[in-house]
Amino acid sequence: MDYEVVIGLEVHAQLSTHSKIFCGCSTTFGAPPNTQTCPVCLGMPGVLPVLNRRVVECAIKTALACHGEVAPRCRFARKNYFYPDMPKNYQISQYDEPLVVGGHIEIPTPEGMKRIRLVRIHLEEDVGKSIHGEHLDDPHASYVDFNRSGVPLMEIVSQPDLSSPDEAKLYLQRLRTIVQYLEVCDGNMEEGSFRCDANVSLRLRGAREYGTKVEIKNLNSFRNVQRALEYEVIRQTKALDAGEKLPQETRLWDTTRSVTRSMRSKEFAHDYRYFPEPDLVPLATSREWVEAIRRTLPELPDTRMQRLVTEYGIPAYDAGVLTSSKALADYYEACIKRYPKPKLVSNWMMVELLRALNRDGIEVEQSRIAPENLAELLELVDDGTISGTMAKTVFDTMYETGKAAAEIVQEKGLRQISDENALVTAIEQVLANNPKEVSEFRAGREKLLSFFMGQVMKTTQGKANPHAVNKLLREKLAEKET
Amino acid sequence: MDLHALTIHELQDLLGTREVSARDLTEAFYRRIAALDDRVHAYVTLTPEQAFEQADRADHRRQMGESGPLLGIPLAIKDVICTAGIRTTCGSKILHNFVPPYDATVIEHLTAAGVIVLGKTNMDEFAMGLSTEHSASGITHNPWDLSAIPGGSSGGSAAAVAADECAAALGSDTGGSVRQPAACCGIVGLKPTYGRVSRYGLVAFASSLDQIGPMTKDVRDAALIMNVIGGNDPRDSTSAAMPMPDFTRALTGSATGLRLGIPREYFVGGIDSAVEQAVQAAVQVLEEVGATTAEVALPHSEYGVAAYYILAPSEASSNLARYDGIKYGYRTPQWSNLRDMYMHTRDEGFGAEVKRRIMLGTYALSAGYYEAYYQKAQQVRTLILRDFEEAFRHVDVIVAPTAPTPAFKIGEKTDDPLQMYLSDVFTVPVNLAGLPGISVPCGFNSAGLPIGLQIIGKPFDEETILRVAHAFEQHTDYHRRKPPL
Repeated sequence: MDYEVVIGLEVHAQLSTHSKIFCGCSTTFGAPPNTQTCPVCLGMPGVLPVLNRRVVECAIKTALACHGEVAPRCRFARKNYFYPDMPKNYQISQYDEPLVVGGHIEIPTPEGMKRIRLVRIHLEEDVGKSIHGEHLDDPHASYVDFNRSGVPLMEIVSQPDLSSPDEAKLYLQRLRTIVQYLEVCDGNMEEGSFRCDANVSLRLRGAREYGTKVEIKNLNSFRNVQRALEYEVIRQTKALDAGEKLPQETRLWDTTRSVTRSMRSKEFAHDYRYFPEPDLVPLATSREWVEAIRRTLPELPDTRMQRLVTEYGIPAYDAGVLTSSKALADYYEACIKRYPKPKLVSNWMMVELLRALNRDGIEVEQSRIAPENLAELLELVDDGTISGTMAKTVFDTMYETGKAAAEIVQEKGLRQISDENALVTAIEQVLANNPKEVSEFRAGREKLLSFFMGQVMKTTQGKANPHAVNKLLREKLAEKET
Repeated sequence: MDLHALTIHELQDLLGTREVSARDLTEAFYRRIAALDDRVHAYVTLTPEQAFEQADRADHRRQMGESGPLLGIPLAIKDVICTAGIRTTCGSKILHNFVPPYDATVIEHLTAAGVIVLGKTNMDEFAMGLSTEHSASGITHNPWDLSAIPGGSSGGSAAAVAADECAAALGSDTGGSVRQPAACCGIVGLKPTYGRVSRYGLVAFASSLDQIGPMTKDVRDAALIMNVIGGNDPRDSTSAAMPMPDFTRALTGSATGLRLGIPREYFVGGIDSAVEQAVQAAVQVLEEVGATTAEVALPHSEYGVAAYYILAPSEASSNLARYDGIKYGYRTPQWSNLRDMYMHTRDEGFGAEVKRRIMLGTYALSAGYYEAYYQKAQQVRTLILRDFEEAFRHVDVIVAPTAPTPAFKIGEKTDDPLQMYLSDVFTVPVNLAGLPGISVPCGFNSAGLPIGLQIIGKPFDEETILRVAHAFEQHTDYHRRKPPL
């Protein structure tokens, strides 16, 4: 049957503050276990939380970037459940009075921009980490590292506006771009500073009611988000087609087996017994404060995208891709500065550069080709030193070695042959070696021109200037006829 | 001279003239403790080693020319207030071995002022109770009648002050736990306005109600301690950024021009006749020293106990969740998996009253019950606060009994928690409204058990209740009487 996919995402972004949300401990990743702790983040008896103002500023920045409404007054709440890595056995979070309500993010789909609405953004503290391991003192025991306990998290909850795993991935990428532009989160999914849970359900196309929602946890990369959702859509489609009733449940994405498996059903869902956190006073956010924060906002991806379209005249889709990370957009503009042909640069970046980066799973910051070097490569094509085809070969070498384009051209002797005498010699040789084709061409099979082109390129080891060859070939073939 | 019988300011006079040293005082109190405490059982932990160090430091500071109202004064601290390096058990098996690595803010303040900590006092487990019968460390006895309860939950502190086993003590008050034991033991107990004294390092029972307060031999001593422990604390977000007056300046000895409100709801049904008579007589004394009286209405106070026994357990159920055997404190010796460990640790570590309240609170916060219980109780709390606000438009303070009866017998109400909870009826509304309240001795019943007069003030107006309490004390001698030990 024809189903509509309904996806909503809950993203936990770890805020890049120096200290934790309710105490002064450092948030640095990777310190030896329990060295970044104090009585407060260890949940010792009698300690009290004190809210880190910088954390609130990060969330307000995000709210402003996503067009959300910063509540003039909000409150923290306790989420109660027992877990060994949670020192107080409750998490200080926000419940019915979040810091930010509403908002939206535009995602660049191939069909154009799509608006994904946000439900809310709220603040909470992270928990510690359980360690089970053979390498520890007692291999049969479990240990807890509380370094992460109290690290600030911002939870961003979307409306179920996403209609495919692809869109979910685009949304996540866009959101990550925003928090990175704002420098409120490093967006590192592998280290867990940008985590995602997904709610997914299916309904018959055109139906008004939502289908039964399944929550998927443990999605620690863009790829996993997409794969898990794709898996889940197929699983749910099969179940519904078979007339099964899907249970409301939480499922875990199993990365190694590439399946989701049931973690707990609705009947075993936690009753978190939320109530207002009595150790913190309600948080007031004055208009002045919010406006002061607004003035510090950098140029955001949406604005920058618009600017790239109007300033350089490139298509919105290109601009969307190029602004998907701040570093990529910076790269593009640096390149344009030296080589002001915006669409050409955009094509090269989107086709060659991003292909190579995606293939190797690295970011543009890690690319060995500096923007100036890419510009230089394109200049070499323009001035006829190398052909477009040769440029691709040079690009690959640049990407591998980090050398400058001119240097590679020099080293490999790739300089294009534009000298007419040399080319005429080569052409005459090709024509002499292929008399049958020459006759056929002259009899009207003009398609054979590309055959001759290929032969000339072959004899010149690809170095011949294709424009010049084309012109000379036509001349020579016409010449003999008369 | 019986040094142990003196007030802080009397001891300070002796210290100031170098007639005695802090070491002398410390020795005197430990002698007194040695002589009496096996009968009273006010203390759970004595800390002579630290105490003598602190005494010598105080004496040294004085030699260097320092002085101060608490310099060299030996105090007792309720075992719910964290003391660095000194076991802090909260009267619970689950914290039997817990040694905090930090001092509560009030302890920091007291240490800076040169106080000597004699030890930690007994209490109802996690401050849940009003008889000090619910402690893993045993029962504390009322110095006036060893077969009676000392009140609670700060019963150890109250008994220690009444038995002269310290110069004064700190208690904590969530629903009456400073004022009610003060009344039971014939001493002064002040619960400050919520937010006046930092809660940092006070092991939480009900965070929105808890306050630390002084328990002293007279009103001046309470003012002296308030001067040191009060004030805004950046480590406690709920502590108020209010100016701190010198509370002793409020002690003028006169109540002239002050309007006393008498809540009619506090003098009906269930109140002991001796208590009623003593409080009425106290009001007369206050009129004689210049106050005027007016009847006020606190119509929602009758729902105070019901609301309190929803809200306090709700917060407690969350606050006490951290005692799970994983990080510190008691852990069951026998378990096979995590869930098992949680269950046995908490079953063996908590006493019956604490478990009762955790269950109450967990229930009240549960999905489907939250609106009917927790939220409703919060609404009642707002109504109670409005009652007080309305009353305080007409009067400066409200006077009432501290507790409906004098101390009852040990064991008398342990099987009837509801009856026990009703002893909080006059103190609980004050916590719910976040107001300051003080209990001062105002008489004795025929059995010789003390009775307390409660004076309730406007938010952050501890000065006026201290002033009224002090004026009353100046014209009576109940606070000077000593138990027949």
